[in-house]
Amino acid sequence: MRETDPGYVPPKVMPSPILSASAGLLASVMMVIAIVILLRGHNAPGGGFIGGLVACGAYVVIAFAFGAKRSLKLLGIHPVTMAGVGLVLAVLSGLPSLGLGIPFLTHLWSDVPTELGVLKLGTTYLFDIGVFLVVVGSFTAFFFMFEEN
Amino acid sequence: MNVDLLLTLPVLIPLTASALCVAAWGAMRLQVAITVISSAALLVVSLILLMAVAHGAVLVTRFGDWAAPFAIAFAADRLAGAMVAVTGVLGLAVAIYAMADVRRIAAISGFYPLYNGLLSGVTGAFLTADLFNLYVWFEVMLIASFGLLVLNKTRDQLDAGMKYLALNILGTLLFLAGIALAYNAAGTLNLADLAVTLQSGEQGAVGDIAAWLLLLAFLMKAGAFPLFAWLPASYHTGSIAVTAIFAGLLTKVGVYAIIRIYTLVVPLEGTLLQPILLVVAGLTMVTGVFGAAVQWDVRRILSFHIISQIGYMLLGLALYTPYAIAAAVFYVVHHIIVKANLFLVAGVMAREGGSYDVRENGGLALMTPFLAVLFLVPALSLGGIPPLSGFWAKLMIIDAGLEVEAWILTGVALAVGLLTLFSMGKIWAYAFWRAPAGAVRRTVGWQRMVPIAGLAAVTVAIGLNAEPLVAFSLAAAEQLIEPTDYIAALLPPEGAAVAEADQ
Repeated sequence: MRETDPGYVPPKVMPSPILSASAGLLASVMMVIAIVILLRGHNAPGGGFIGGLVACGAYVVIAFAFGAKRSLKLLGIHPVTMAGVGLVLAVLSGLPSLGLGIPFLTHLWSDVPTELGVLKLGTTYLFDIGVFLVVVGSFTAFFFMFEEN
Repeated sequence: MNVDLLLTLPVLIPLTASALCVAAWGAMRLQVAITVISSAALLVVSLILLMAVAHGAVLVTRFGDWAAPFAIAFAADRLAGAMVAVTGVLGLAVAIYAMADVRRIAAISGFYPLYNGLLSGVTGAFLTADLFNLYVWFEVMLIASFGLLVLNKTRDQLDAGMKYLALNILGTLLFLAGIALAYNAAGTLNLADLAVTLQSGEQGAVGDIAAWLLLLAFLMKAGAFPLFAWLPASYHTGSIAVTAIFAGLLTKVGVYAIIRIYTLVVPLEGTLLQPILLVVAGLTMVTGVFGAAVQWDVRRILSFHIISQIGYMLLGLALYTPYAIAAAVFYVVHHIIVKANLFLVAGVMAREGGSYDVRENGGLALMTPFLAVLFLVPALSLGGIPPLSGFWAKLMIIDAGLEVEAWILTGVALAVGLLTLFSMGKIWAYAFWRAPAGAVRRTVGWQRMVPIAGLAAVTVAIGLNAEPLVAFSLAAAEQLIEPTDYIAALLPPEGAAVAEADQ
């Protein structure tokens, strides 16, 4: 039977033991790096988009090793829902300035004193986290759609 | 309401609604509720915006509070305010109609997020005062509209969707190339800044080529001759709610972009583009109406009439007198309401009579006299019968044509009006006036009838009391031809100072 014949069922491939042994570690490291990139984007190259792509990579690794279902379970919510929540967060980040009577998306910062120094917390974080969730949600949604087919 | 909020909300409301609908993936009732509530909110905000600009103020907001020529700015003058207001009216009408019309498969595949996304793209395109930002809103519209077009996932829809996407991406590429050249010539994409720089006359050929490419791209989006092939190839395959919102808004965004750019940035008068646009307008009217004459499917007849009506609007702009531009503004507003309503009526006709093909339909006038009246209002308005809104729209265009002694084009406009009436008569004679064809009647529901009746009421109201809208259009045209206020609002003196300090 060839691949083009009707009724062709692809042979079950045994999951690679190397992949399944290392996938957990690999995905965790990728996730940590993703979050570092997300937070770093505040003042240096990085940010929600790139961080989101890396995080998406972590879920894809899990999906390759243990199947899409496991990966979806790890994600917690439906990827499309996640993208929607992210978009809402990004929109929300622009609203405080409108309430203060300055244009939309004018970002605001407040200095939070901590023991390590002054932490600059701003609405840009909310925006970046929103972008992060949109990217993770939409890209994993695409990927799982292909997986299903 | 403060200006920043007022200019942001028309985009923010549908955008947030779209995001919330995505977040509520799978919860259909919640998505319906979000969409109807947000469309109602959009209508309210857009009417407040319209009142704020009606007396000639030009409102501006700069996102992120950046300095004048650098920030992405939204600006609203009379034209933009009117367009956003009409979008609000149509957005709510179609959202209510969609409650009954959208099939389950379409809803699950994401009708509601895409619908709200489309509305945000349209209002964004009307409000933006930045050429690249305009491109972004065109892209938002293109993605959302492609998604909406293929929601039912039938073979027809995918075929139509591919044609729609391929030809529109070609237009998008032309647009992008035009933007690149304009930036090369002027070093800015803020519309006011671009206008000042390009009109200083030092830019030469590159600026001219940019103007040509942009016009080509916008004409394609507007569905003008000879670049309209995507429109009749795709519009009839979508569900009625989708087609109605497309018919009302998508091509008109192209027309709006032409009016905005070719009054503000590259004033049409005296350029080589003016005679070209005059010819294009005439040919668009004629090809559209002849295309409609040979069709039997109500949706295809109406699709071709969109094209012919676009010709009238382009003619108004191309004549380039204050009165003619006012006529174009009036025409756009009238047309959005009437054309979308005709598609909504076509949806009910197909449910009552069993088919979109008028030959397989019949007896609707006896079966549903109320629907017959609701068909006649927009149909006669489209044909230009007094005292409906279309009569004043056509009268203004023809009057403006006679004023500058453009005999041939005025004659064409008159003849095309008659042929439009012939097309509407064809639908009437077959689907309404003949003996009943023994069709299976299906439930229609108030969700379908209320928007149709509402839009018909707007058409009649404009027709019976045209004076306020005529006066408004004249004022809007004045603002367009003499855009000093618009430019001053976008380029305040302190902004110019920052620009100089930066160099």
